[in-house]
Amino acid sequence: MPHGVRWINRKPRSAALLAAIPLALLLVAYLAGSSVRLAENPNDKLMPAPSTIAETWSRMAFEPDTRTGTRLFWEDTAASLRRMGLGLGIATTVALGAGLFVGMLPYARATFSTLVAVLSMIPALSILPILFIVFGVGELAKVVLIVIGVLPFMVRDLTQRVVELPLEQWVKAQTLGASSWQLAVRVVLPQILPRLIDALRLSLGPAWLFLISAEAISATSGLGYRIFLVRRYLAMDVILPYVLWITLLAFAFDLALRLLRRRRYGWLDAEAAG
Amino acid sequence: MTQISVRNVWQEYGDKVVLERVSFELAPHTFCTVAGPSGCGKSTFLRLLLSQETPTRGEIRIDGEPIAPEPMPDRGVVFQRYSVFPHLTVLGNVVLGLEFEGAPFTGRLFGAARRRAEEEASEVLEKVGLFAERHSRPHELSGGMRQRLSIAQTLIKRPRLLLLDEPFGALDPGTRGAMHELVTKLFEEGGMSVFMVTHDLQEAFKLGTRLLVFDKVRVDEQAPERYGANITYDIPLDSPLRRHGYVGIEDTLQKTA
Ligand SMILES: Nc1ncnc2c1ncn2[C@@H]1O[C@H](COP(=O)(O)OP(=O)(O)O)[C@@H](O)[C@H]1O
Ligand SMILES: [Mg+2]
Repeated sequence: MPHGVRWINRKPRSAALLAAIPLALLLVAYLAGSSVRLAENPNDKLMPAPSTIAETWSRMAFEPDTRTGTRLFWEDTAASLRRMGLGLGIATTVALGAGLFVGMLPYARATFSTLVAVLSMIPALSILPILFIVFGVGELAKVVLIVIGVLPFMVRDLTQRVVELPLEQWVKAQTLGASSWQLAVRVVLPQILPRLIDALRLSLGPAWLFLISAEAISATSGLGYRIFLVRRYLAMDVILPYVLWITLLAFAFDLALRLLRRRRYGWLDAEAAG
Repeated sequence: MTQISVRNVWQEYGDKVVLERVSFELAPHTFCTVAGPSGCGKSTFLRLLLSQETPTRGEIRIDGEPIAPEPMPDRGVVFQRYSVFPHLTVLGNVVLGLEFEGAPFTGRLFGAARRRAEEEASEVLEKVGLFAERHSRPHELSGGMRQRLSIAQTLIKRPRLLLLDEPFGALDPGTRGAMHELVTKLFEEGGMSVFMVTHDLQEAFKLGTRLLVFDKVRVDEQAPERYGANITYDIPLDSPLRRHGYVGIEDTLQKTA
């Protein structure tokens, strides 16, 4: 290569275009595979044509189900989002309180930090049977699984963020007359909220995992319930749009949290950069 | 008359002796600068004056009373870094001290009380030359402005003693000169005492009315942690003796530069 500019210094003119290429290739590969298989066997269920997928989806989204009389797609979405919202809402609130408590008070830290470390080692899915036994197979067990699944991580993360605040700030606030409580609400909490958003974003993936697992095992509605239900009939025309939808929802949550953080807490990144 | 009296103070961390037998008395309204080799325990001593730590042995009294066991508003502090709150505006950083006092539960003032507090804070900001930046965030300020802000935060509590740990160490020389004028003005107007650690000897001579130099008197080559630092020079800078008759000080001071 003449005038060999290093590869680390070469930048694409349009990053968006490059990003679209692998996705487009994936789509083309699916279309090709699907048409080849369907040409061989019109009843093939493994790679349904996009038109079949669209038909199935619009039937589930817009026509009342013959058995239940509801629009299944939206009912499943609502059921899953309700569990997700409850689980993450509870986990976030508890984590915030516990993170402040354990992070700020040496007595609380000495008492609870080992417990939290041990709890966070338990693979949450392994206690799912216990949750079903204790809380029954209703909504509660699924919500509790999400809470238990993400809470220890969030508490540890937030505790760590509290401890990481510069010691200078703690001392300064005390010389300004702050009580422990005032320090919590005026100094620590506002600086921890953006970290909470980060922790929540990192917890979204595991939360979906726990939700879908719980729904797969025992539920009467929900996105995870549906895809595991229709698996028996090899109904890829249902599974594929559901998977796409879950992906889209996960992406949208993540994006919303990222935007919220940037809008409300821009100073934090500026601080880190400066 | 004495404001601060330090009697036979030791500070040890495990087997490591950092300070030993430190004793001195400070008259009211003294600008005491503190110099000494890096790592000799200047910041450690400042933390003791601040009650951020408790001496292993000995006693510190202010106005005849043993100091409180934790940091209190009678002693303001400015560190080299991180001593302003990044999530608050400049004005918010200064009002905070009044909010802690006026609102025990919420830590926030509203309405007329808030307006009064903001007026008081604005006066202080005026004094340190930051009024125009009152709506900025700390990350938008230069290093010198941030230190001005940190000083303004302490002033609103009217401390009897202002503790500064290398407050201008990270600033460029021009900014540092402006800060020297500011602290000198505040010291002369404020009536409080200032206790300032610095590694810049010129600064120590220029600003102080008294200079303390910390260093190890005894050194055990086999076990450097065995002996701690003590006050090796105690120079009243407002006396005619200023800068005279201190043979050997250059040696100690060379190490601080
Ligand atoms: N909490 C601590 N535990 C152990 N050693 C410490 C602690 N704090 C300070 N020291 C030691 O005390 C000595 C003096 O530190 P410091 O007061 O920061 O020095 P200076 O401010 O004069 O540069 C250093 O050797 C430092 O390692
Ligand atoms: Mg120091």
